[in-house]
Amino acid sequence: MTVTTITDAELQPKDYASDQEVRWCPGCGDYAILKAMHKALAELGARRESTVFVSGIGCAARFPYYMSTYGFHTIHGRAPAIATGIKLANPELDVWVMTGDGDGLSIGGNHMLHVLRRNVDLQIVLFNNEIYGLTKGQYSPTSRRGTKSPSTPQGSVDYPVSACAFALGAGARFVARAVDTQQAQLVSVLQRAHAHRGASFVEVFQNCVVFNDGAFDGFTAKDGAADTQLHVEHGQPLIFGARKDRGLRLKPGKLELEVITLSESGVIPDDVLVHDETNRALAQLLVALEPPAWPVALGVVYCNPAPSFEAEVYAQAEAAGAGPGAPDLAELLMNKEGTWTVR
Amino acid sequence: MATTATSPARESRDSVVIRFAGDSGDGMQVTGGRFTVETALAGNDLTTFPDYPAEIRAPAGTTYGVSAFQIHFGAVDVMTPGDQVDVLVAMNPAALKVDLKDLRIGGTVVVDTGAFTERNLAKAGFASHPLEDGSLAPYQMLKLDITKRTLDAVKDFGLHTREAHRCRNMWALGLMLWMYGRDRDVTVEWLKKKFAGKPEVAQANVAALNAGHAFGETAEMSEYGVGYTVRRARVTPGVYRTVSGTEAIAWGLVAGMRAAGLEKMVFAGYPITPASLLLHTLANLKRYGVITFQAEDEIAAIGACVGAAYAGALGVTSTSGPGMALKTEMLGLAIATELPLVVVNSQRTGPSTGMPTKAEQSDLFQAVHGRNADAPLAVLAAATATDCFDVAMEAVRIATTYMTPVVLLSDAFLAHAAEPWRIPDLDRLPRFPVRFRTDPAGFHPFLRNPETLSRPWARPGTPGLEHRIGGLEKDYDTGHISYDPENHARMTRTRAAKIAGIANAIPLQTVALGADHGAIAVVGWGSTYGAIHQAVRRARQDGVDASHIHLRYLSPFPRNLGELLARFERIVVPELNNGQLVQLLRAAYLVPAEGLSKVQGKPFKVSEIVEAIR
Repeated sequence: MTVTTITDAELQPKDYASDQEVRWCPGCGDYAILKAMHKALAELGARRESTVFVSGIGCAARFPYYMSTYGFHTIHGRAPAIATGIKLANPELDVWVMTGDGDGLSIGGNHMLHVLRRNVDLQIVLFNNEIYGLTKGQYSPTSRRGTKSPSTPQGSVDYPVSACAFALGAGARFVARAVDTQQAQLVSVLQRAHAHRGASFVEVFQNCVVFNDGAFDGFTAKDGAADTQLHVEHGQPLIFGARKDRGLRLKPGKLELEVITLSESGVIPDDVLVHDETNRALAQLLVALEPPAWPVALGVVYCNPAPSFEAEVYAQAEAAGAGPGAPDLAELLMNKEGTWTVR
Repeated sequence: MATTATSPARESRDSVVIRFAGDSGDGMQVTGGRFTVETALAGNDLTTFPDYPAEIRAPAGTTYGVSAFQIHFGAVDVMTPGDQVDVLVAMNPAALKVDLKDLRIGGTVVVDTGAFTERNLAKAGFASHPLEDGSLAPYQMLKLDITKRTLDAVKDFGLHTREAHRCRNMWALGLMLWMYGRDRDVTVEWLKKKFAGKPEVAQANVAALNAGHAFGETAEMSEYGVGYTVRRARVTPGVYRTVSGTEAIAWGLVAGMRAAGLEKMVFAGYPITPASLLLHTLANLKRYGVITFQAEDEIAAIGACVGAAYAGALGVTSTSGPGMALKTEMLGLAIATELPLVVVNSQRTGPSTGMPTKAEQSDLFQAVHGRNADAPLAVLAAATATDCFDVAMEAVRIATTYMTPVVLLSDAFLAHAAEPWRIPDLDRLPRFPVRFRTDPAGFHPFLRNPETLSRPWARPGTPGLEHRIGGLEKDYDTGHISYDPENHARMTRTRAAKIAGIANAIPLQTVALGADHGAIAVVGWGSTYGAIHQAVRRARQDGVDASHIHLRYLSPFPRNLGELLARFERIVVPELNNGQLVQLLRAAYLVPAEGLSKVQGKPFKVSEIVEAIR
């Protein structure tokens, strides 16, 4: 595979934008994610020729068209499978999968499960807007119970799936969360996902202005965010609140979290849990926190690397003798018992 | 090489059909496989037909648990597994019950009397004892207590009764090897290797094999029958080996990858009978540049191949009918994005799950037309196990030259069938090197080669060629997304013209046997090749003015096919389906083709075709 050594001049965020007009609805959260991606890649110095964006179908799936890298807009739900094939053909490529809640957790749920458990070295960014946008507003697998939509005029009766709990359950080794409009954290989460070797799963809460506007206002509205968001950082205490005075601790004697207020008498600050991003059990507790009773955990919830799938596949192939000096056809066809010669 | 242990008593035969039948745990496939190797080494031409139940271990002694292996071998061109069986080896009553109907009147039936217990007879559904009620009178019967003789032969090796019992198949094999003057050295070596970890089992099996052989050699045998000799076939000089259709496809794909100058093949599959064998075979060819991937489902399997093709590798997936149905949408994507892909379909009966281990040719419509929208691709079919090698290479050539998915139709029969193969001169294999696009000047992803109409293959990793493709319609001139009505019409016609244009780079249709005009053209495709060929040969011997036309290319058809068919008064199309090629031919050429359909999950008998064209 060609891996170029030509050095570009330092690329700016705008250099990662393609010449195509962006056609999301005005005010869509996707614009913010696109902007964050351009910035993240520029800061990383990503090479456009070795970067590939793969998507399925949906609003989020338009993403590759707006990047100046390689891009493949595929079919509904199947981007993880196609991205797996790309990595198997050329592990050197830097591959992103851009998906949505319907694409990644409904029609493509099976592929999402397997790409995560296999730990293919991909960055998977799931735009969660809790609605089907491109098909005009039906409820999605992450829609809250009771969501009224064209297909559920009396409100949906099924229970939603939690994207990050699903990812952790599938065996993902990198799980993070961000909000579309909170650029600084989103850029840094995308960069952490990029740095992780193996499948990196990022859920972005993305506002759909047309069909589900304000779905996340409960914890993303600027005035209340400090009290409703928990920004997790490895090695730091799990503290939130405008005055940084609330923390999470384990309820004594139970495998359950509780919120404590540090200023209250009798509360020992050392009781506050320190975030350990390598602890899967803690990660599972954190992603289960839901507003309004709890703050929403954002940032890198879990990161615990292991060898990636394609690297292991290539290691086996090399051990079997693949690569330069691989045997020729004659060896394959002739070098077996049971040949005979007719003269 | 063969020792033709000729004794004066041996009679000569041109060709013989033997069927080994027993319980699915009796090792009949192994027995048949070993007899095949020894027969090939003895210089006979041959074709085999394994017929095994879908159940991995069906209840012992039942008729639905019967597993059989048929081999037809001879001194002349052997092209089918044989219509009628000359020798039936029945290891239990159920095997006799199931397989006796195919034994010719006067044929030989070898039975293991030790297995004909009350209990087994009842399980097989015999009301009276078939060895005593005269129902076998039309046949020559060899009643041998193979069980007892085997147990005697292996008693010194300290095996458990169950293990000792398992050596019965080797005793039977030993006897049949004697009967046809075959060597057994290669099998002895094979047994030693197979049971290297259990020397006592290896020795016991060798002892059983030798005992069966010795039984034939001694006077004990003469009262029951005689040995036969079958002359060596007259074959082209060269180095030979036996090959199954599955192996030939695997090797052909590797040869195709090399001929295209590609470093890598990504083969992704999902387990499905009878296609899984190809995944297993290729999983052992990693050193040749094959990356195999067992995906989570059929869709992911073809999806990974589309991704691999996009990234510049040869993408190959393999499945059977129901899996093919699941792959449909992804085939559409490969057509829309114009990426090369080879999809092998080992056809089985249907609809739905059908009879998974039984062959049919009923996915032809699916291959040619089975997608949403106007979505043309190339379709090829292999005729014989050895033909699979050439067809697999050809599939790679067409896929990479025309940037298109190619469906290679095989079937459950070809997947398992084995025959001798003359290993081709590797220096003379075709070469069709891929030229990846590297020049950014004037590049867009849907620029077309004016001759083939194919688009450039531009791999990620190539600087300056960054581009976006997808399933949305593209503008003919820029490759960008387009909803323009005229443009869609132009693109639809271009995709069709590209596939139709493949006809310019494939051989003209030839006649496999007979004149290129006349009373009857018998037109076939796929694994019915042998049966049709023999039928036409026989009909011609009877004075019928018939010709055999065999199609490898089913989409597009060779460009002279219509003109060729028009030169016949009658066109008969034998197919193992309810009439598919016959309809494609009628639609394409407005010819009054007649179908000859067989849908029993079994190959044609030569006689069935002869009957229809006489």
